[in-house]
Amino acid sequence: MVDHTHKAFDTDLQDLGRMVAEMGGLAEQQISDAADALDRRDLAAAQRVIAGDARIDALQREVEDNAILTIARRQPMAVDLREVVGALRISNDLERIGDLAKNIAKRVVVLDSEFRSQQVMRGVQHMTELVLSQIKDVLDAYARRDLQKAVAVWRADEEVDSVNNSLFRELLTYMMEDPRNIGICIHLLFCAKNIERMGDHATNIAETVYYMIEGKALTDERPKGDTTSSTMVPFDA
Amino acid sequence: MTSIDVSSSMRSTTPIVGSQAGTAGNLDEKVSVRGVDFYYGDNRALKSISVPLYDRRVTAFIGPSGCGKSTLLRILNRIYDLYPNQRAEGEVLLDGENILNPGQDLNLLRARVGMVFQKPTPFPMSIYENIAFGIRLYESLSKADLDGRVESALKRAALWNEVKDKLSQNGLSLSGGQQQRLCIARTVAVRPEVILLDEPCSALDPISTAKIEELIDELKSDYTIAIVTHNMQQAARVSDRTAFMYLGELVEFDTTSKMFTSPVDQRTQDYITGRFG
Repeated sequence: MVDHTHKAFDTDLQDLGRMVAEMGGLAEQQISDAADALDRRDLAAAQRVIAGDARIDALQREVEDNAILTIARRQPMAVDLREVVGALRISNDLERIGDLAKNIAKRVVVLDSEFRSQQVMRGVQHMTELVLSQIKDVLDAYARRDLQKAVAVWRADEEVDSVNNSLFRELLTYMMEDPRNIGICIHLLFCAKNIERMGDHATNIAETVYYMIEGKALTDERPKGDTTSSTMVPFDA
Repeated sequence: MTSIDVSSSMRSTTPIVGSQAGTAGNLDEKVSVRGVDFYYGDNRALKSISVPLYDRRVTAFIGPSGCGKSTLLRILNRIYDLYPNQRAEGEVLLDGENILNPGQDLNLLRARVGMVFQKPTPFPMSIYENIAFGIRLYESLSKADLDGRVESALKRAALWNEVKDKLSQNGLSLSGGQQQRLCIARTVAVRPEVILLDEPCSALDPISTAKIEELIDELKSDYTIAIVTHNMQQAARVSDRTAFMYLGELVEFDTTSKMFTSPVDQRTQDYITGRFG
């Protein structure tokens, strides 16, 4: 795109984009570190993830401050306005993703059961990989203004939901088998839910990228696969 | 300085007219500009312009200097007729009647289509007479009726409270912002149907500008308004429809909200985001 006549405006927008990209990189790292800490039950690693969230929060405030200043100073219009609004929205989603990673790390710290299920952990890992790839793709779509990639991310949330559904059923079974598993299984359920929520934020970002490029909302019906909120728990009388 | 790709603008002479531009509320076209060309001598300053002004709506015309937006405004009350070697071709329908017809009564037209200029132009006479002068040209009223009309015009232009105790003072003694509102009052006093504003705030401070903008919001319930402005934010604030002109052509016309958030033509986008000019 052609530069602005007033070059400082370009610098403002580039700075916003750079901060969002940095937030994205940090969020990806936090997710993989939190999942790793969960897998290895590594308390020190979990503590590092908890402490690391502050940097993402600080960056989000910085994006917000700079975006507000840009609006006040430049009164952006059209594609520029969408760019600034996009940076605000995406930084919110990334901040939430950071919070969810931190929440997983907090749960690692309080896990006090010996319960381990290879199958559950594999499921969690698989979900994490799926979500990380979603987030990587959507950040690429943002950086390159790639409409097709954004739409692809937006449509691809179903698989994450389906792994989450099967984890949910599996963990329910463990809890019914032995009430001593309930504590840890609830924590694991929340961890899985956190990862699934990160996927939802990735689709939010995809919607924002679409809006930034096209100037209108993505209005198609998105395939949704999370059925955990309508799953019945069969208890024997 | 970056310039626009002229070749692309030469290629396309068909403006982009947004699909929502005229549909909301089944708007009536108060003024319909149809295929209008304008010449300063041999110089073709407007090229086949077609654009509607919807009844009791504000239409903003934006574009870089020399794009023809003021020229277009000057056609709407045929003020160009005052100058030799200037002519318009095509049709400008005001309530369905072509005002470009040679038989058009220009005094009547200018009473129906009032104009306010960039620089406030009060007459060198009292505030009262500035308003009454125009009314007397078209109507003969009793002193009481004339007083009433002057008062209501000054109220309509949000100036009454500031000048009611000094109506006999010279209009030139007012501040710039007050002078511009006096000119708007003068225009409103003859009860026009369309008001043309040619950069009405370019010589005013922000507070006076805000007052004029507030006034435009109020006036649009009774009048059809066309405003030419270089201030993009002003166009975004006060208008319902926006037309972007470039090199004598209408490039894009749409609802203001669409034009300033997601315009279709690259030239519109570049202009409103400050990427050329």
